Amino acid sequence: MKLTGFLLLVAGWIIVLAAIALLPQGPSEVSFVLVALGVEALGLALVFRAHLIPGREPR
Amino acid sequence: MTPVRAPALTETSEALCFLLVLLIPSAAAGLALINAGLGRFRNAAHSMLSALCVIAAAGLAYFAIGAAWQGAAGQPAFAWHAAGRDWNWIGAGRFFLRGLELGGYPSLAALCGLMSAALAAIIPLGGGADRWRLGASCASTALLAGWTFPLFAHWARGGGWLAQIGFVDSGGAGVIQVVGGLTALSITWILGPRRGKFSPDGMPSALPGHNAVLVLLGCFLAWLGWLGLNAAGAILFTGVAASRAVLIAANTTLAAGSAGLSVAAITRARFGKTDASLCANGWVAGLVAVSAGCAVVRPAAAVIIGLIAGALVVYSVEWLELHLAVDDPSGSVSVHAVAGIWGLLATGLLGAVAPGEAPGLWLAQLVGIATLIGFILPLTYGLNWLLNRFSPQRVPVEGERQGLDLYELGAGAYPDFQTHNEDFWQR
Repeated sequence: MKLTGFLLLVAGWIIVLAAIALLPQGPSEVSFVLVALGVEALGLALVFRAHLIPGREPR
Repeated sequence: MTPVRAPALTETSEALCFLLVLLIPSAAAGLALINAGLGRFRNAAHSMLSALCVIAAAGLAYFAIGAAWQGAAGQPAFAWHAAGRDWNWIGAGRFFLRGLELGGYPSLAALCGLMSAALAAIIPLGGGADRWRLGASCASTALLAGWTFPLFAHWARGGGWLAQIGFVDSGGAGVIQVVGGLTALSITWILGPRRGKFSPDGMPSALPGHNAVLVLLGCFLAWLGWLGLNAAGAILFTGVAASRAVLIAANTTLAAGSAGLSVAAITRARFGKTDASLCANGWVAGLVAVSAGCAVVRPAAAVIIGLIAGALVVYSVEWLELHLAVDDPSGSVSVHAVAGIWGLLATGLLGAVAPGEAPGLWLAQLVGIATLIGFILPLTYGLNWLLNRFSPQRVPVEGERQGLDLYELGAGAYPDFQTHNEDFWQR
């Protein structure tokens, strides 16, 4: 889960780079950056969950 | 992408910047006192010595390689051409500061970078307090100041690709605070919680700091240091006129004050009493949050930034400890990473008096935040994870029970203290 989380973090960043490199300034670029932040949020949630104390569920 | 030029500084501006940069060590002293005060008494001397040692390690690593990779606007850098644009990604200076002209913009930028790297290096000490080996903290700092910090600093301050798209981080909310805060988060994950912090069913127990006076004194010193940090950073890296130092000082003070009061009001409303250590954290969070936009927001916006930063710290500290089992004794992650990210975002939303009034500022700020979370966090975690594989960063159980002062230094900070029962760890 930890590795998947970190891969999602990096994937989100690569989407951001791709958006500013390949898309023209405008709504599509903004949408891609926002989606990429969503991907990063998912990755961050996974990394946090992977670091919970074993046997402990989030409250 | 537009190439970033070095600001043209008059001799007076250069002299002012030099004096402002000399205030930055006061911020480092403030953070060191806060870390020591929020830790346990049997680790106090270790905490202060660690701060000095990581400053030394950061300075040497930055001098050896970091400054070359950070570079400065208008100085040689490596860039690749992709999608019709030049992506300036790392400085091409010489190691050990060879060839650096003494006097002028590049040397001032390097000096400010050196002080900033030292300040960033102290932040993770708060996350790893009471259980991080002295040698390991120095080794981790060398990675931070030699690689992670200069890389992002080049992107945001040294004419790199983030600066080219209009990312604004005048005082280093992202470059210094979020980079340091994310490193602190990595360290807390790698070290794990202190013994006795969480019960077997996962409930956290309170391990209060040993000296609130040190913590609050640290806030005063941090305030002084931040005045220099924000003003010097804004003049050197955002290119604002030296006369804007007045606005920067006002914004810095207003944000810190409103954040401190915000925390005081929230803790009083929620717990019935004002929490001194959280108020101190709120004060520093206000300083951190306003760093990004100190030169480009109006004073009223600085107050809003501070109020929200204070509220964020209260809820973030609780959320991280109670729900995510992050044992961060000094609240470094909340104060530096969470408040710093808020500051970067707020600059995009409230930055109404930007020098160039760049359209799309908020998008550039979002790209900067995405870079910090999506690239810097995995990088700093990976580097520290590798370091931990070769040399364990956490002290053995005996060291934690004895206290790091006795275990690593051979003498306590307060030899005349009576040891009370509650100071022993929970078995």
